[in-house]
Amino acid sequence: MDLGALYEEVILDHNRSPRNWGEIPGARHVAGTNPLCGDKISLSVQVDGDTITDIKFTGEGCAISKASASMMTQAIKGKTKGEAEKLYEEFHGLVTGKASAPPDKSLGSLRAFAGVARFPTRVKCATMAWHALREATGNRQQAPDAGTSD
Amino acid sequence: MTPSAATLDVARIRADFPILRIRPRGRPLHYLDSAATSQKPQSVIDALTRYYEEENGNIHRGVHYLSELATQRYDETREATRRFINATSHNEVVFTRNTTEGINLVASSFGQAFVRPGDEIVVSQMEHHSNIVPWQLMAERTGAVLRAVPVTDVGELDLDAYEQLLGPKTKLVALTWVSNSLGTVNPVERITAIAHARGIPVLLDGAQAAPHIPIDVKAIKADFVAFSGHKMLGPTGVGVLYARDDWFDRLPPYQGGGDMIETVTIEKTTYAKAPSKFEAGTPDIGSVAAFRAAIEYLERVGLDAIHAHEQLLLAEATARVSALPGVRLIGTAPEKAGVLSFTMDGVHPHDIATILDQNGVAIRAGHHCTQPLMARFGCGATARASFYLYNTMDDIAALMTGLEKVREVFG
Repeated sequence: MDLGALYEEVILDHNRSPRNWGEIPGARHVAGTNPLCGDKISLSVQVDGDTITDIKFTGEGCAISKASASMMTQAIKGKTKGEAEKLYEEFHGLVTGKASAPPDKSLGSLRAFAGVARFPTRVKCATMAWHALREATGNRQQAPDAGTSD
Repeated sequence: MTPSAATLDVARIRADFPILRIRPRGRPLHYLDSAATSQKPQSVIDALTRYYEEENGNIHRGVHYLSELATQRYDETREATRRFINATSHNEVVFTRNTTEGINLVASSFGQAFVRPGDEIVVSQMEHHSNIVPWQLMAERTGAVLRAVPVTDVGELDLDAYEQLLGPKTKLVALTWVSNSLGTVNPVERITAIAHARGIPVLLDGAQAAPHIPIDVKAIKADFVAFSGHKMLGPTGVGVLYARDDWFDRLPPYQGGGDMIETVTIEKTTYAKAPSKFEAGTPDIGSVAAFRAAIEYLERVGLDAIHAHEQLLLAEATARVSALPGVRLIGTAPEKAGVLSFTMDGVHPHDIATILDQNGVAIRAGHHCTQPLMARFGCGATARASFYLYNTMDDIAALMTGLEKVREVFG
Protein backbone atom coordinates (compact mmCIF):
# COMPACT_ATOMS: atom_id res chain seq x y z
CA MET A 1 0.00 0.00 0.00
CA ASP A 2 1.18 3.48 -0.80
CA LEU A 3 2.00 5.28 2.42
CA GLY A 4 1.70 8.52 0.49
CA ALA A 5 -2.03 7.90 0.50
CA LEU A 6 -1.98 8.42 4.25
CA TYR A 7 0.87 10.84 4.68
CA GLU A 8 -0.03 13.39 2.02
CA GLU A 9 2.46 16.25 1.78
CA VAL A 10 -0.08 18.75 3.11
CA ILE A 11 -0.62 16.53 6.18
CA LEU A 12 3.12 16.28 6.81
CA ASP A 13 3.38 20.05 6.45
CA HIS A 14 0.67 20.74 9.01
CA ASN A 15 2.27 18.17 11.32
CA ARG A 16 5.60 20.00 11.11
CA SER A 17 4.08 23.48 11.36
CA PRO A 18 0.63 23.37 12.90
CA ARG A 19 -1.51 26.44 12.17
CA ASN A 20 -3.59 28.22 14.82
CA TRP A 21 -1.43 26.71 17.55
CA GLY A 22 -2.03 28.16 21.01
CA GLU A 23 -4.78 29.30 23.31
CA ILE A 24 -7.34 32.07 23.15
CA PRO A 25 -7.63 33.68 26.60
CA GLY A 26 -11.20 33.80 27.81
CA ALA A 27 -12.52 31.49 25.10
CA ARG A 28 -14.30 28.21 25.65
CA HIS A 29 -11.80 25.42 26.25
CA VAL A 30 -12.52 21.82 25.44
CA ALA A 31 -10.20 18.85 25.83
CA GLY A 32 -10.29 15.82 23.60
CA THR A 33 -8.48 12.56 24.24
CA ASN A 34 -8.01 9.23 22.64
CA PRO A 35 -7.89 6.96 25.70
CA LEU A 36 -6.52 4.10 23.62
CA CYS A 37 -3.26 5.87 22.90
CA GLY A 38 -3.17 8.83 25.30
CA ASP A 39 -3.18 11.45 22.56
CA LYS A 40 -4.79 14.69 23.62
CA ILE A 41 -5.93 17.97 22.22
CA SER A 42 -6.96 21.21 23.85
CA LEU A 43 -9.19 23.45 21.72
CA SER A 44 -10.12 27.00 22.53
CA VAL A 45 -13.07 28.25 20.58
CA GLN A 46 -14.41 31.80 20.37
CA VAL A 47 -18.05 31.96 19.34
CA ASP A 48 -19.91 35.17 18.56
CA GLY A 49 -23.60 34.52 18.24
CA ASP A 50 -23.70 31.55 15.93
CA THR A 51 -20.32 32.16 14.31
CA ILE A 52 -16.99 30.57 15.23
CA THR A 53 -14.86 33.70 15.10
CA ASP A 54 -11.59 32.23 16.32
CA ILE A 55 -10.15 28.85 17.19
CA LYS A 56 -6.77 27.61 18.36
CA PHE A 57 -5.41 24.31 19.61
CA THR A 58 -2.53 22.68 21.45
CA GLY A 59 -1.90 19.08 22.32
CA GLU A 60 0.18 16.08 21.55
CA GLY A 61 -0.50 13.36 19.09
CA CYS A 62 0.45 11.69 15.87
CA ALA A 63 0.86 13.38 12.51
CA ILE A 64 -2.70 12.54 11.53
CA SER A 65 -4.30 13.95 14.67
CA LYS A 66 -2.14 17.06 14.71
CA ALA A 67 -2.57 17.85 11.02
CA SER A 68 -6.29 17.14 11.25
CA ALA A 69 -6.67 19.61 14.11
CA SER A 70 -4.58 22.21 12.33
CA MET A 71 -6.47 21.96 9.06
CA MET A 72 -9.81 21.84 10.87
CA THR A 73 -9.10 25.16 12.58
CA GLN A 74 -8.37 26.74 9.19
CA ALA A 75 -11.46 25.24 7.63
CA ILE A 76 -14.01 26.28 10.24
CA LYS A 77 -12.80 29.71 11.32
CA GLY A 78 -15.54 32.16 10.36
CA LYS A 79 -18.10 29.41 9.78
CA THR A 80 -21.40 29.12 11.63
CA LYS A 81 -22.00 26.20 13.98
CA GLY A 82 -24.34 24.71 11.42
CA GLU A 83 -21.75 24.98 8.66
CA ALA A 84 -19.14 23.43 10.95
CA GLU A 85 -21.46 20.50 11.64
CA LYS A 86 -22.07 20.03 7.93
CA LEU A 87 -18.31 20.03 7.33
CA TYR A 88 -17.84 17.50 10.15
CA GLU A 89 -20.33 15.17 8.52
CA GLU A 90 -18.56 15.44 5.18
CA PHE A 91 -15.19 14.88 6.82
CA HIS A 92 -16.44 11.93 8.88
CA GLY A 93 -17.83 10.31 5.76
CA LEU A 94 -14.51 10.85 4.01
CA VAL A 95 -12.24 9.30 6.66
CA THR A 96 -14.54 6.39 7.45
CA GLY A 97 -15.01 5.65 3.78
CA LYS A 98 -18.79 5.96 4.19
CA ALA A 99 -19.23 8.97 1.94
CA SER A 100 -21.68 7.99 -0.76
CA ALA A 101 -20.63 10.58 -3.32
CA PRO A 102 -17.16 11.73 -4.35
CA PRO A 103 -15.70 13.99 -1.63
CA ASP A 104 -17.60 17.24 -1.38
CA LYS A 105 -15.72 20.20 -2.83
CA SER A 106 -16.51 22.14 0.34
CA LEU A 107 -13.95 19.99 2.16
CA GLY A 108 -11.18 21.71 0.23
CA SER A 109 -7.74 20.64 1.40
CA LEU A 110 -9.32 18.38 4.02
CA ARG A 111 -9.75 15.92 1.17
CA ALA A 112 -6.10 15.03 1.82
CA PHE A 113 -7.41 12.80 4.62
CA ALA A 114 -9.19 10.46 2.20
CA GLY A 115 -6.38 7.91 2.65
CA VAL A 116 -7.26 7.48 6.33
CA ALA A 117 -10.25 5.37 5.30
CA ARG A 118 -7.81 2.62 4.31
CA PHE A 119 -6.23 2.67 7.78
CA PRO A 120 -9.14 1.87 10.13
CA THR A 121 -6.98 2.08 13.27
CA ARG A 122 -6.17 5.69 12.44
CA VAL A 123 -9.71 7.03 11.95
CA LYS A 124 -9.89 8.13 15.58
CA CYS A 125 -6.70 10.13 15.10
CA ALA A 126 -8.32 12.10 12.30
CA THR A 127 -11.62 12.72 14.12
CA MET A 128 -10.37 13.56 17.64
CA ALA A 129 -10.20 17.33 17.02
CA TRP A 130 -13.59 17.31 15.31
CA HIS A 131 -15.23 15.59 18.26
CA ALA A 132 -13.75 18.21 20.58
CA LEU A 133 -15.05 20.95 18.30
CA ARG A 134 -18.56 19.50 18.32
CA GLU A 135 -18.48 19.44 22.08
CA ALA A 136 -17.38 23.07 22.13
CA THR A 137 -20.13 24.19 19.76
CA GLY A 138 -22.82 22.11 21.40
CA ASN A 139 -23.28 20.03 18.25
CA ARG A 140 -22.45 17.04 20.39
CA GLN A 141 -23.39 16.76 24.04
CA GLN A 142 -20.43 14.71 25.22
CA ALA A 143 -17.16 13.24 24.11
CA PRO A 144 -17.50 10.01 22.16
CA ASP A 145 -17.12 6.74 23.89
CA ALA A 146 -13.79 4.99 23.45
CA GLY A 147 -15.61 2.05 21.99
CA THR A 148 -17.26 3.89 19.12
CA SER A 149 -16.01 3.16 15.69
CA ASP A 150 -15.03 6.69 14.82
CA MET B 1 19.79 -31.21 29.76
CA THR B 2 19.39 -27.47 29.44
CA PRO B 3 20.07 -26.43 25.86
CA SER B 4 22.53 -23.61 25.44
CA ALA B 5 21.83 -20.48 23.42
CA ALA B 6 23.74 -21.94 20.50
CA THR B 7 21.38 -24.90 20.33
CA LEU B 8 18.20 -22.84 20.09
CA ASP B 9 17.02 -23.93 16.66
CA VAL B 10 14.92 -20.93 15.71
CA ALA B 11 14.04 -22.23 12.26
CA ARG B 12 12.57 -25.34 13.85
CA ILE B 13 10.79 -23.28 16.47
CA ARG B 14 9.31 -21.01 13.80
CA ALA B 15 7.95 -24.03 11.98
CA ASP B 16 5.87 -24.76 15.09
CA PHE B 17 4.04 -21.42 14.83
CA PRO B 18 1.59 -21.48 11.89
CA ILE B 19 0.77 -17.77 12.14
CA LEU B 20 4.35 -16.88 11.26
CA ARG B 21 3.60 -18.12 7.76
CA ILE B 22 0.86 -15.59 7.04
CA ARG B 23 1.77 -12.74 4.68
CA PRO B 24 0.07 -9.50 5.72
CA ARG B 25 -0.39 -7.42 2.56
CA GLY B 26 1.74 -9.90 0.67
CA ARG B 27 4.82 -9.45 2.83
CA PRO B 28 6.37 -11.74 5.44
CA LEU B 29 5.20 -11.14 9.00
CA HIS B 30 7.75 -9.75 11.43
CA TYR B 31 5.98 -10.06 14.77
CA LEU B 32 7.69 -7.84 17.32
CA ASP B 33 4.78 -7.45 19.73
CA SER B 34 5.04 -10.51 21.95
CA ALA B 35 5.01 -8.33 25.06
CA ALA B 36 1.37 -7.61 24.16
CA THR B 37 0.57 -11.21 23.38
CA SER B 38 2.66 -14.11 22.16
CA GLN B 39 1.87 -16.29 19.17
CA LYS B 40 0.88 -19.94 19.75
CA PRO B 41 2.64 -23.12 18.72
CA GLN B 42 0.73 -25.86 16.92
CA SER B 43 0.77 -28.03 20.07
CA VAL B 44 -1.26 -25.41 21.96
CA ILE B 45 -3.69 -24.95 19.09
CA ASP B 46 -4.04 -28.74 18.83
CA ALA B 47 -4.63 -29.09 22.57
CA LEU B 48 -7.38 -26.48 22.43
CA THR B 49 -9.01 -28.18 19.45
CA ARG B 50 -8.65 -31.63 20.98
CA TYR B 51 -10.27 -30.41 24.19
CA TYR B 52 -13.39 -29.28 22.36
CA GLU B 53 -13.44 -32.24 19.99
CA GLU B 54 -12.83 -35.01 22.51
CA GLU B 55 -12.65 -33.85 26.12
CA ASN B 56 -15.22 -31.15 26.82
CA GLY B 57 -17.28 -31.48 29.98
CA ASN B 58 -17.77 -29.40 33.08
CA ILE B 59 -15.32 -29.94 35.88
CA HIS B 60 -15.78 -31.09 39.49
CA ARG B 61 -19.45 -31.89 39.16
CA GLY B 62 -20.16 -34.93 37.10
CA VAL B 63 -19.55 -38.62 37.33
CA HIS B 64 -19.61 -39.16 33.59
CA TYR B 65 -16.62 -39.83 31.36
CA LEU B 66 -16.27 -36.31 29.93
CA SER B 67 -16.63 -34.52 33.24
CA GLU B 68 -13.98 -36.74 34.69
CA LEU B 69 -11.68 -36.22 31.72
CA ALA B 70 -12.10 -32.43 31.71
CA THR B 71 -11.42 -32.34 35.45
CA GLN B 72 -8.32 -34.40 34.88
CA ARG B 73 -7.06 -32.06 32.15
CA TYR B 74 -7.73 -29.04 34.37
CA ASP B 75 -5.85 -30.59 37.29
CA GLU B 76 -2.97 -31.67 35.06
CA THR B 77 -2.40 -28.05 34.05
CA ARG B 78 -2.46 -26.98 37.68
CA GLU B 79 0.24 -29.52 38.43
CA ALA B 80 2.24 -28.45 35.37
CA THR B 81 1.98 -24.84 36.54
CA ARG B 82 3.12 -25.80 40.04
CA ARG B 83 6.15 -27.51 38.54
CA PHE B 84 6.85 -24.60 36.16
CA ILE B 85 7.11 -22.07 39.00
CA ASN B 86 8.43 -24.57 41.59
CA ALA B 87 5.56 -24.04 44.01
CA THR B 88 5.33 -26.37 46.99
CA SER B 89 1.75 -27.43 46.42
CA HIS B 90 -0.77 -27.18 43.61
CA ASN B 91 -3.06 -25.61 46.22
CA GLU B 92 -0.92 -22.49 45.86
CA VAL B 93 -2.01 -22.13 42.23
CA VAL B 94 -5.30 -20.44 41.37
CA PHE B 95 -6.45 -20.03 37.77
CA THR B 96 -7.72 -16.61 36.80
CA ARG B 97 -8.56 -14.98 33.48
CA ASN B 98 -5.28 -13.08 33.36
CA THR B 99 -2.73 -11.15 35.42
CA THR B 100 -5.18 -8.31 35.89
CA GLU B 101 -7.74 -10.57 37.52
CA GLY B 102 -5.10 -12.06 39.82
CA ILE B 103 -4.09 -8.61 41.05
CA ASN B 104 -7.71 -7.57 41.48
CA LEU B 105 -8.33 -10.72 43.50
CA VAL B 106 -5.52 -9.91 45.94
CA ALA B 107 -6.42 -6.20 46.08
CA SER B 108 -10.01 -7.05 46.90
CA SER B 109 -9.55 -9.94 49.33
CA PHE B 110 -6.37 -8.70 51.01
CA GLY B 111 -7.85 -5.23 51.28
CA GLN B 112 -11.00 -6.50 52.90
CA ALA B 113 -9.12 -8.62 55.44
CA PHE B 114 -6.05 -6.58 56.32
CA VAL B 115 -6.21 -2.95 55.18
CA ARG B 116 -7.52 -0.12 57.35
CA PRO B 117 -7.79 3.66 56.87
CA GLY B 118 -4.36 5.28 56.72
CA ASP B 119 -2.56 2.07 55.78
CA GLU B 120 -0.21 2.22 52.81
CA ILE B 121 0.27 0.12 49.69
CA VAL B 122 3.58 0.54 47.87
CA VAL B 123 3.60 0.34 44.07
CA SER B 124 6.01 2.01 41.62
CA GLN B 125 6.11 4.51 38.80
CA MET B 126 6.81 1.74 36.31
CA GLU B 127 3.68 -0.30 36.98
CA HIS B 128 1.24 -1.31 34.29
CA HIS B 129 -2.16 0.25 34.96
CA SER B 130 -3.30 -3.21 36.04
CA ASN B 131 -0.98 -2.95 39.06
CA ILE B 132 -2.14 0.57 39.93
CA VAL B 133 -5.87 0.82 39.38
CA PRO B 134 -6.90 -2.25 41.47
CA TRP B 135 -5.00 -0.77 44.42
CA GLN B 136 -6.63 2.62 43.88
CA LEU B 137 -10.04 0.98 43.92
CA MET B 138 -9.09 -0.87 47.07
CA ALA B 139 -7.74 2.35 48.62
CA GLU B 140 -11.05 4.07 47.92
CA ARG B 141 -12.90 1.30 49.71
CA THR B 142 -10.56 1.01 52.70
CA GLY B 143 -9.17 4.52 53.13
CA ALA B 144 -5.65 3.32 52.39
CA VAL B 145 -3.03 5.41 50.59
CA LEU B 146 -0.92 4.49 47.57
CA ARG B 147 2.80 5.28 47.60
CA ALA B 148 4.97 4.91 44.50
CA VAL B 149 8.63 3.93 44.25
CA PRO B 150 10.35 6.37 41.87
CA VAL B 151 12.19 5.23 38.75
CA THR B 152 15.75 6.31 37.88
CA ASP B 153 16.80 7.86 34.58
CA VAL B 154 17.87 4.51 33.13
CA GLY B 155 14.59 2.95 34.17
CA GLU B 156 15.41 1.09 37.35
CA LEU B 157 13.53 1.17 40.61
CA ASP B 158 15.16 3.52 43.10
CA LEU B 159 15.77 0.92 45.79
CA ASP B 160 16.93 3.43 48.42
CA ALA B 161 13.67 5.31 47.99
CA TYR B 162 11.85 1.97 48.12
CA GLU B 163 13.37 1.14 51.51
CA GLN B 164 12.48 4.57 52.82
CA LEU B 165 8.87 4.23 51.66
CA LEU B 166 8.39 1.11 53.77
CA GLY B 167 7.12 1.89 57.23
CA PRO B 168 4.80 0.71 59.97
CA LYS B 169 1.76 1.63 57.87
CA THR B 170 2.87 -0.33 54.80
CA LYS B 171 0.54 -3.30 54.41
CA LEU B 172 1.66 -4.63 51.05
CA VAL B 173 4.23 -4.11 48.31
CA ALA B 174 2.97 -4.63 44.75
CA LEU B 175 5.66 -4.35 42.08
CA THR B 176 6.32 -5.57 38.60
CA TRP B 177 9.00 -8.17 38.00
CA VAL B 178 9.73 -7.02 34.44
CA SER B 179 8.57 -3.66 33.08
CA ASN B 180 6.40 -4.03 29.98
CA SER B 181 7.41 -0.57 28.73
CA LEU B 182 11.10 -0.48 29.63
CA GLY B 183 12.08 -4.13 29.76
CA THR B 184 13.78 -3.56 33.10
CA VAL B 185 14.16 -6.74 35.14
CA ASN B 186 13.73 -5.78 38.76
CA PRO B 187 15.79 -7.47 41.50
CA VAL B 188 12.80 -9.27 42.95
CA GLU B 189 14.66 -11.39 45.49
CA ARG B 190 16.15 -8.28 47.02
CA ILE B 191 12.83 -6.42 46.84
CA THR B 192 11.09 -9.26 48.64
CA ALA B 193 13.85 -9.63 51.24
CA ILE B 194 13.72 -5.91 52.07
CA ALA B 195 9.94 -6.04 52.57
CA HIS B 196 9.98 -9.31 54.48
CA ALA B 197 12.59 -7.93 56.88
CA ARG B 198 9.84 -5.51 57.91
CA GLY B 199 7.11 -8.14 57.92
CA ILE B 200 5.49 -6.77 54.75
CA PRO B 201 4.12 -9.18 52.13
CA VAL B 202 4.97 -8.74 48.43
CA LEU B 203 2.95 -9.23 45.26
CA LEU B 204 4.81 -9.48 41.97
CA ASP B 205 3.25 -8.72 38.61
CA GLY B 206 4.89 -11.51 36.64
CA ALA B 207 3.13 -10.92 33.31
CA GLN B 208 6.35 -10.03 31.48
CA ALA B 209 8.56 -12.35 33.54
CA ALA B 210 6.87 -15.74 33.20
CA PRO B 211 7.35 -15.93 29.39
CA HIS B 212 11.08 -15.13 29.58
CA ILE B 213 12.65 -15.89 32.95
CA PRO B 214 12.72 -19.16 34.88
CA ILE B 215 10.46 -18.65 37.90
CA ASP B 216 11.31 -20.26 41.21
CA VAL B 217 8.81 -19.02 43.74
CA LYS B 218 10.66 -20.82 46.52
CA ALA B 219 13.79 -18.82 45.74
CA ILE B 220 12.18 -15.40 45.36
CA LYS B 221 9.86 -15.99 48.33
CA ALA B 222 7.23 -13.57 47.02
CA ASP B 223 3.85 -13.92 48.69
CA PHE B 224 1.87 -13.49 45.48
CA VAL B 225 2.84 -13.80 41.82
CA ALA B 226 0.35 -13.13 39.03
CA PHE B 227 0.87 -13.88 35.35
CA SER B 228 -0.99 -14.52 32.09
CA GLY B 229 -1.01 -17.57 29.86
CA HIS B 230 -1.40 -15.70 26.59
CA LYS B 231 1.95 -13.94 26.86
CA MET B 232 3.74 -17.30 27.27
CA LEU B 233 2.45 -19.22 24.24
CA GLY B 234 -0.84 -20.15 25.89
CA PRO B 235 -4.41 -19.24 24.94
CA THR B 236 -6.12 -16.06 26.08
CA GLY B 237 -8.51 -16.42 28.98
CA VAL B 238 -6.21 -18.16 31.44
CA GLY B 239 -3.99 -16.58 34.05
CA VAL B 240 -2.29 -17.76 37.21
CA LEU B 241 -2.25 -16.37 40.70
CA TYR B 242 0.30 -18.02 42.95
CA ALA B 243 0.06 -17.44 46.69
CA ARG B 244 2.64 -18.76 49.09
CA ASP B 245 1.93 -21.02 52.06
CA ASP B 246 -1.39 -20.32 53.69
CA TRP B 247 -2.21 -16.97 52.10
CA PHE B 248 -5.20 -18.39 50.24
CA ASP B 249 -6.57 -19.72 53.55
CA ARG B 250 -6.20 -16.33 55.18
CA LEU B 251 -7.90 -14.34 52.43
CA PRO B 252 -11.69 -14.11 52.16
CA PRO B 253 -13.24 -15.26 48.85
CA TYR B 254 -13.14 -12.91 45.87
CA GLN B 255 -16.22 -13.99 43.95
CA GLY B 256 -19.03 -16.20 45.17
CA GLY B 257 -20.65 -18.95 43.19
CA GLY B 258 -20.50 -22.57 42.25
CA ASP B 259 -17.35 -24.62 42.83
CA MET B 260 -16.05 -22.39 45.66
CA ILE B 261 -18.29 -23.74 48.42
CA GLU B 262 -18.53 -26.70 50.78
CA THR B 263 -22.15 -26.31 51.83
CA VAL B 264 -24.68 -23.61 51.16
CA THR B 265 -27.81 -22.79 53.07
CA ILE B 266 -29.78 -19.58 52.71
CA GLU B 267 -28.38 -18.50 56.07
CA LYS B 268 -24.74 -19.42 55.71
CA THR B 269 -22.14 -20.81 53.35
CA THR B 270 -18.92 -22.54 54.18
CA TYR B 271 -16.23 -22.20 51.58
CA ALA B 272 -14.12 -24.75 49.85
CA LYS B 273 -10.39 -24.74 50.47
CA ALA B 274 -8.00 -23.09 48.05
CA PRO B 275 -7.65 -23.23 45.12
CA SER B 276 -11.38 -23.92 44.59
CA LYS B 277 -12.31 -21.15 47.02
CA PHE B 278 -11.02 -18.62 44.46
CA GLU B 279 -12.36 -20.27 41.34
CA ALA B 280 -16.07 -19.52 41.43
CA GLY B 281 -18.09 -20.58 38.44
CA THR B 282 -17.11 -22.53 35.35
CA PRO B 283 -13.61 -21.45 34.34
CA ASP B 284 -12.11 -21.37 30.85
CA ILE B 285 -11.44 -25.11 31.02
CA GLY B 286 -10.40 -25.48 27.39
CA SER B 287 -7.82 -22.71 27.65
CA VAL B 288 -6.52 -24.08 30.93
CA ALA B 289 -6.16 -27.51 29.33
CA ALA B 290 -4.27 -26.03 26.37
CA PHE B 291 -2.11 -23.89 28.67
CA ARG B 292 -0.36 -27.08 29.73
CA ALA B 293 0.89 -27.53 26.17
CA ALA B 294 2.36 -24.01 26.35
CA ILE B 295 4.16 -24.77 29.60
CA GLU B 296 5.50 -28.01 28.20
CA TYR B 297 6.68 -26.25 25.05
CA LEU B 298 8.60 -23.68 27.10
CA GLU B 299 10.07 -26.44 29.25
CA ARG B 300 11.17 -28.40 26.19
CA VAL B 301 12.94 -25.43 24.62
CA GLY B 302 14.20 -24.21 27.98
CA LEU B 303 13.75 -20.74 29.44
CA ASP B 304 17.50 -20.27 29.84
CA ALA B 305 17.97 -20.81 26.11
CA ILE B 306 15.02 -18.54 25.30
CA HIS B 307 16.42 -15.84 27.55
CA ALA B 308 19.87 -16.08 25.96
CA HIS B 309 18.37 -15.88 22.46
CA GLU B 310 16.33 -12.80 23.38
CA GLN B 311 19.43 -11.13 24.80
CA LEU B 312 21.20 -11.53 21.45
CA LEU B 313 18.26 -9.97 19.63
CA LEU B 314 18.00 -7.18 22.19
CA ALA B 315 21.69 -6.33 21.91
CA GLU B 316 21.54 -6.22 18.12
CA ALA B 317 18.34 -4.13 18.02
CA THR B 318 19.60 -1.78 20.74
CA ALA B 319 22.85 -1.13 18.88
CA ARG B 320 21.20 -0.54 15.52
CA VAL B 321 18.17 1.48 16.64
CA SER B 322 20.16 3.72 18.99
CA ALA B 323 22.57 4.51 16.13
CA LEU B 324 19.75 6.18 14.17
CA PRO B 325 19.71 9.98 14.35
CA GLY B 326 17.08 11.50 16.62
CA VAL B 327 16.31 8.25 18.44
CA ARG B 328 15.95 8.17 22.20
CA LEU B 329 15.82 4.84 23.99
CA ILE B 330 13.39 4.75 26.91
CA GLY B 331 14.69 2.18 29.38
CA THR B 332 18.42 1.48 29.36
CA ALA B 333 18.83 -0.56 32.52
CA PRO B 334 21.67 -3.11 32.53
CA GLU B 335 19.23 -5.93 33.29
CA LYS B 336 16.57 -6.00 30.59
CA ALA B 337 14.20 -8.48 29.01
CA GLY B 338 13.68 -8.41 25.23
CA VAL B 339 11.89 -5.06 25.09
CA LEU B 340 13.12 -2.04 23.15
CA SER B 341 11.17 1.19 23.71
CA PHE B 342 12.14 4.31 21.82
CA THR B 343 11.03 7.64 20.45
CA MET B 344 12.13 9.43 17.26
CA ASP B 345 12.43 13.20 17.06
CA GLY B 346 9.56 14.75 15.15
CA VAL B 347 7.70 11.48 14.59
CA HIS B 348 4.91 10.23 16.80
CA PRO B 349 5.13 6.52 17.72
CA HIS B 350 1.76 5.86 16.04
CA ASP B 351 3.12 7.06 12.76
CA ILE B 352 6.18 4.86 13.24
CA ALA B 353 3.93 1.86 13.90
CA THR B 354 1.71 2.53 10.89
CA ILE B 355 4.67 2.78 8.53
CA LEU B 356 6.30 -0.35 9.99
CA ASP B 357 3.00 -2.18 9.67
CA GLN B 358 2.99 -1.46 5.95
CA ASN B 359 6.27 -3.38 5.85
CA GLY B 360 4.84 -6.34 7.76
CA VAL B 361 6.55 -5.31 11.00
CA ALA B 362 4.20 -5.46 14.00
CA ILE B 363 5.24 -3.29 16.94
CA ARG B 364 3.28 -1.57 19.67
CA ALA B 365 2.94 2.19 19.86
CA GLY B 366 1.36 4.14 22.67
CA HIS B 367 1.61 4.49 26.40
CA HIS B 368 1.59 0.71 26.96
CA CYS B 369 -0.87 1.15 29.84
CA THR B 370 1.90 2.87 31.81
CA GLN B 371 0.94 6.53 31.75
CA PRO B 372 2.71 7.43 35.02
CA LEU B 373 5.91 5.99 33.55
CA MET B 374 5.47 7.94 30.30
CA ALA B 375 5.02 11.08 32.40
CA ARG B 376 8.21 10.22 34.29
CA PHE B 377 10.15 10.10 31.02
CA GLY B 378 8.40 13.14 29.57
CA CYS B 379 6.90 11.38 26.58
CA GLY B 380 3.26 10.57 25.96
CA ALA B 381 4.06 7.42 24.08
CA THR B 382 6.86 5.22 22.76
CA ALA B 383 7.35 2.75 19.97
CA ARG B 384 8.07 -0.68 21.42
CA ALA B 385 9.57 -3.73 19.76
CA SER B 386 9.56 -6.89 21.87
CA PHE B 387 11.28 -10.18 21.17
CA TYR B 388 10.53 -13.82 21.82
CA LEU B 389 11.88 -17.23 21.00
CA TYR B 390 10.65 -17.20 17.40
CA ASN B 391 12.20 -13.87 16.45
CA THR B 392 15.29 -13.65 14.29
CA MET B 393 17.89 -11.16 13.11
CA ASP B 394 15.74 -10.96 9.96
CA ASP B 395 12.96 -9.41 12.02
CA ILE B 396 15.39 -6.78 13.28
CA ALA B 397 16.59 -6.10 9.74
CA ALA B 398 12.96 -5.56 8.71
CA LEU B 399 12.51 -3.23 11.68
CA MET B 400 15.51 -1.21 10.53
CA THR B 401 14.26 -1.04 6.93
CA GLY B 402 10.92 0.20 8.25
CA LEU B 403 12.57 2.85 10.41
CA GLU B 404 14.50 4.10 7.39
CA LYS B 405 11.17 4.39 5.59
CA VAL B 406 9.86 6.44 8.55
CA ARG B 407 12.74 8.88 8.04
CA GLU B 408 11.99 9.03 4.33
CA VAL B 409 8.36 9.96 4.94
CA PHE B 410 8.94 12.36 7.81
CA GLY B 411 12.31 13.76 6.77
